[in-house]
Amino acid sequence: MKPLEIKKGIYWVGAIDWDLRNFHGYSTQLGSTYNAYLIIDKKITLVDTVKHYMFEEMLERVKKLIDPSKIDYVISNHTEMDHSGSIPEIMDIAKNAVIICSPNGEKGLKKHFKKDWKFKVVNTGDSINIGKRNLNFVLMQMVHWPDSMAAYIPEDKLLLPNDAFGQHIASCERFDDEYGWDRVQTEAAKYYANIVLPFGAQVNKAIEAISGLDMDMIAPSHGLIWRSHIKDIIALYKKWANNVCEKKAVIVYDTMWHSTEKMAYAIKDVFEEKNIPCEIRNLQASHISDVVASILEAKYICIGSSTLNNGMLPTVSAFLTYIKGLAPKNRIGIAFGSYGWGGQSVSDIENILEQAKFELPIKGLKAQWVPDEAELNELKNKIGGIIK
Amino acid sequence: MQKYKCTVCGYIYDPAIGDPDGGIQPGTAFEDIPDSWVCPVCGAKKTEFVKEE
Repeated sequence: MKPLEIKKGIYWVGAIDWDLRNFHGYSTQLGSTYNAYLIIDKKITLVDTVKHYMFEEMLERVKKLIDPSKIDYVISNHTEMDHSGSIPEIMDIAKNAVIICSPNGEKGLKKHFKKDWKFKVVNTGDSINIGKRNLNFVLMQMVHWPDSMAAYIPEDKLLLPNDAFGQHIASCERFDDEYGWDRVQTEAAKYYANIVLPFGAQVNKAIEAISGLDMDMIAPSHGLIWRSHIKDIIALYKKWANNVCEKKAVIVYDTMWHSTEKMAYAIKDVFEEKNIPCEIRNLQASHISDVVASILEAKYICIGSSTLNNGMLPTVSAFLTYIKGLAPKNRIGIAFGSYGWGGQSVSDIENILEQAKFELPIKGLKAQWVPDEAELNELKNKIGGIIK
Repeated sequence: MQKYKCTVCGYIYDPAIGDPDGGIQPGTAFEDIPDSWVCPVCGAKKTEFVKEE
């Protein structure tokens, strides 16, 4: 368990969670890391910690550098327990340490841990000198919690933004260029779609706040550290924050006896005919956290469900609950589904999409029992008529 | 008219804009918003808001 020096006197001392496959419902097939950073200066500063069950791993890395009881400051950029989870253990060892956090961070940490620690609350524009360096703080409210903030070290051109720009990847590599832009980008997109998507306005505000900073490294709290693709990832964050979509379709469905599936594939033909890339996702096969990664940049989102018990299938209902909360904007929604009698699934889907502010250019795309070729052609014609 | 800020997420309620998606018409004073209204960004209750200086 070695620390890694990322800047002169600044070390990655995090933990690698190789086996993590479920992060509060987000499917993390590549595992993740919890990135903590130790700054050796006149005041020894630990920036964030790791999940509670990985405390020993972080401690071992810290001990290779210093006696952990000498830590002066623990910066808590974000209260969520994958980063704050080892604060109790580290505060037990570093008896004189002061926790530096945002106003909401103090409230949250007190509610989480019920401990009488020493806190120093900071706001945007506040700066703390730790010797050779200054830590400048920028509140990043709702990117992605009320307590979220970033620390910037001008002397090292280093930004420590916690979850912003993160990715769930467990790897031997620590830097973006070592792991490869394509792979990091894919996971950064999935992370944004699942964690940050509802907060586009706040992301824009945060990017504005950091845009004037001289940075050559962004070290997030999960995954790879950015040093070669800083401009690229900021450009993508701006694109996602503004819900800039590609001409792309994603068809998401579940089916009982393959009728809704037939409709899904018929709809896929329409997009193919128009040379619009189209992904198809059966919710029995794809995890919803992968599906939302697919829709991050998609203009057309088609959602299909058979009618079961006078409503939609539970998988589709769960997916729509997730989508409504993530609140993607500027999207065109198309609901479809088969039924035997009743046929409520389609209007139920449409209602939720309307609440989620999707544009619905066509409604009532239903097929009774098993759609035949003529019915599928009619479906194709209807959808073909609204796709530009 | 007085603006109000959500202490949870930093959203600012501007009476000139209102919150049409949340059913609050432009020109509605913060005091006249029903108590059932929640912050459009984070869902916090009206009681979490303070006057924006």
